[in-house]
Amino acid sequence: MKMLINVPETVVTDALRGMAAAHPDLVVDTENRVIVRRDAPVAGKVGLVSGGGSGHEPLHGGFVGPGMLDGACPGEVFTSPVPDQMVRAAAAVDSGKGVLFVVKNYTGDVLNFQMAAELAEDEGVQVASVLVNDDVAVIDSTFTAGRRGTGATLFVEKIAGAAAEEGAPLERIEALARQVVGNSRSFGVALSACTTPAKGSPTFDLPAGELELGIGIHGEPGRERRAMMTSHEIADFAVHAILEDLDPRLPVLVLVNGMGATPLLELYGFAAEVRRVLDERRAAVARTLVGNYVTSLDMAGCSVTLCQVDGELLRLWDAPVETPALRWGR
Amino acid sequence: MSKTAFDAALIVRWMTVSAAAVDREAGRLTELDAAIGDADHGSNMQRGFTAVVKALETEPPATPGAVLITAGRQLISTVGGASGPLYGTLLRRSGKGLGEAPQVTAEELRAGLQAGVEAVARLGGAAPGDKTMLDALAPGVEALAVSFDAAAEAAERGALATVPMLARKGRASYLGERSIGHQDPGATSSALLFAALAEVAK
Repeated sequence: MKMLINVPETVVTDALRGMAAAHPDLVVDTENRVIVRRDAPVAGKVGLVSGGGSGHEPLHGGFVGPGMLDGACPGEVFTSPVPDQMVRAAAAVDSGKGVLFVVKNYTGDVLNFQMAAELAEDEGVQVASVLVNDDVAVIDSTFTAGRRGTGATLFVEKIAGAAAEEGAPLERIEALARQVVGNSRSFGVALSACTTPAKGSPTFDLPAGELELGIGIHGEPGRERRAMMTSHEIADFAVHAILEDLDPRLPVLVLVNGMGATPLLELYGFAAEVRRVLDERRAAVARTLVGNYVTSLDMAGCSVTLCQVDGELLRLWDAPVETPALRWGR
Repeated sequence: MSKTAFDAALIVRWMTVSAAAVDREAGRLTELDAAIGDADHGSNMQRGFTAVVKALETEPPATPGAVLITAGRQLISTVGGASGPLYGTLLRRSGKGLGEAPQVTAEELRAGLQAGVEAVARLGGAAPGDKTMLDALAPGVEALAVSFDAAAEAAERGALATVPMLARKGRASYLGERSIGHQDPGATSSALLFAALAEVAK
């Protein structure tokens, strides 16, 4: 397997060095693995901190900046960061108004953020946490660790980030974040497995001519394998899986997200099919975002996330944002 | 049960032997994790135990309890994922259970580890049978009442017993039925700790 790396051990640190070089608006602590916006802590503003394993770029470091996250902690590839990173990030972005942790529902992320919240509060930082669990591919969640957090993370970080930028208090931001989680559902498919630098070979076997339905974002296989389908068929399958669980009475935000190795040509084509299904189901589309936002290294495939929004959530979605990976209105 | 008295040096040795075992088996742990997780359990544990050995060398703690607390803190600060908090809690709570005595008996060590295993079960919200590290830890700690060798064997059997199980916790739980037929990597690394303990207790 050929990769544009030096050695697997320094992949994350090397990427952070590159982020520092490319984005002078960010303060990148490569040693402690914490990324914060340069003007942090912003007086009077609640801080937003998120984090998770590396390998999902631009999530989360790419979403640090005005209107979105104040800080991010990247872990090792596909491994949750450690509490020390989160505590450091919380301390760096806290202006005295408290900090919201945005946590994806994976056991490692949940446990480390839980420990970090306790440690940060010992240091006098008020912390609230919101758990993102939007993945409808996880069935029987009472018998699993619960639904995974995937694409909705972007909606939570953007909308809660906009509210924080406007000066909303921690309780309000936490409530908005929970509302976004409750309103969001995702479904992912893989056309190929990904290869982690440490392992150097695909994390699961996916024969040519087959695809995996219901994958997560860590190279874990999905729940079902089928013969390769057309973009039209995949969109039918994915959107119907979501709509079985979410009957949108309000317009939806649509995220068509690439997993890392699928070109935009294909993603836009898929977005057209997603739009077709939503039109057929008479679901109103408020905004559509297409691109690689919550990736899984070099996995080919995509995920769809829908979030139903009222006027206030849509206003916050449209609010200005200025980060390496998401930027509009400023 | 063994009449061995455990002092700080012996517990340090347990950690070093564990670190060597994790080092030796890292490839296998990662392979097991590739089947039902995300292929990094070996490298994560390796990173954690390397930090543990380094910390214990730099500032050797004076009591068995302090050794385990230091080791647990290192794992929490370096491993990440679910293994960091879970293994960190196991060692930290076991260490706290031992108190500040300069030496502990085998029975006291068993009681300390028992407290550690219970803390892991609480933190992870898991029980034996869920296909997690507890499937090795729980039988291992129980068999400590007999002997250290019995504990190592019980933990190893417990790890093997995870093969036909359906995962209910952690990342493997997302695979549902497809998690069946694979040995749990966390239970496998837990068995290594018991094997290391049996080795140093001889």
